[in-house]
Amino acid sequence: MPTVLPALADVFADVFAAGPSHALLASMIPDLTPILPGLIFYGLAGLAIVSAVAAATAPKIVHAAFGLMAAFFGVAGMYALLGSDFLALTQVVVYVGGILVLLVFGVLLTGRTKAALGLERPTHVMPAAFAGGALLFGLLGAILSSDFGDGGRTMADLPEPPSTTAALGRAFLDPNQYLLPFELVSVFLLAALIGAAFLVRRRRDGQ
Amino acid sequence: MTSPVLHLPLAFLQTIGLAHFLVVGAVLFCAGITTVLARRNAVGILIGLELILNAANLNLVAFERFGPAPLRGTVFAIFVLAVAAAEAAIALAIVLNVFDSRDEIDVDETTALKG
Repeated sequence: MPTVLPALADVFADVFAAGPSHALLASMIPDLTPILPGLIFYGLAGLAIVSAVAAATAPKIVHAAFGLMAAFFGVAGMYALLGSDFLALTQVVVYVGGILVLLVFGVLLTGRTKAALGLERPTHVMPAAFAGGALLFGLLGAILSSDFGDGGRTMADLPEPPSTTAALGRAFLDPNQYLLPFELVSVFLLAALIGAAFLVRRRRDGQ
Repeated sequence: MTSPVLHLPLAFLQTIGLAHFLVVGAVLFCAGITTVLARRNAVGILIGLELILNAANLNLVAFERFGPAPLRGTVFAIFVLAVAAAEAAIALAIVLNVFDSRDEIDVDETTALKG
């Protein structure tokens, strides 16, 4: 049936052509562009805050770790919303893929504690929540009463952010910018790796 | 003011500014502080520490976006990330050692170094 494909192509051409039907369709879909950053922001903020509170209050430590994972994803989305694309991906790879897995391994390897056996004494949740709430009120008051010199700009007033990956690479390898701290962090990470491996090594008898 | 399209009071969705991100950072920070204070499990305290570092990073990136200098906040946040990774590795190694010697990672019980 050699004529089917051209016929289909004609149909699609008619549907997608900027004709009256297209204009009608477009008028039915509301233009969300001005409120899109707000929608995304409140979605991510809700995710981050709810899961951070869950991480703070979950009775089981594994549930707290899962709350932390959701909070990491919320913060990663906020980085992306703020134009730091590289940092958003690094957040997912390093925090979710690395640190969180490490924490879950920690929970796994220390499972036979009193807490797991239901012998844990009640935690100081109320005083801690009170201290955290008081701190939060202080911080909110400080934030809302401060002038940060940003001229009251909103997301819509900011210019389109450029991709940061190439610029970050150049900044890290430029001797006049961040080459020295970059190399120091490399040595620091190596030292931490060796130190961690040394600390958890299996001891032979008599040592 | 209403949105021209949806005829709903959606102006609050169009005025996302620096303070919005700082408030989220503050909430994450206080959740982290609460976690660190409330938990006895050492791994739980580490979870609170990670929340605190994330809140700080969020503030750094938000200030960069709304400020005049590009890239500085992101660079600093990446260094914080590296330090957080090293901290988690070392802290968990210490926690595992404590667990090995005491069968316990309750920070109220590990008082051998208490003066």
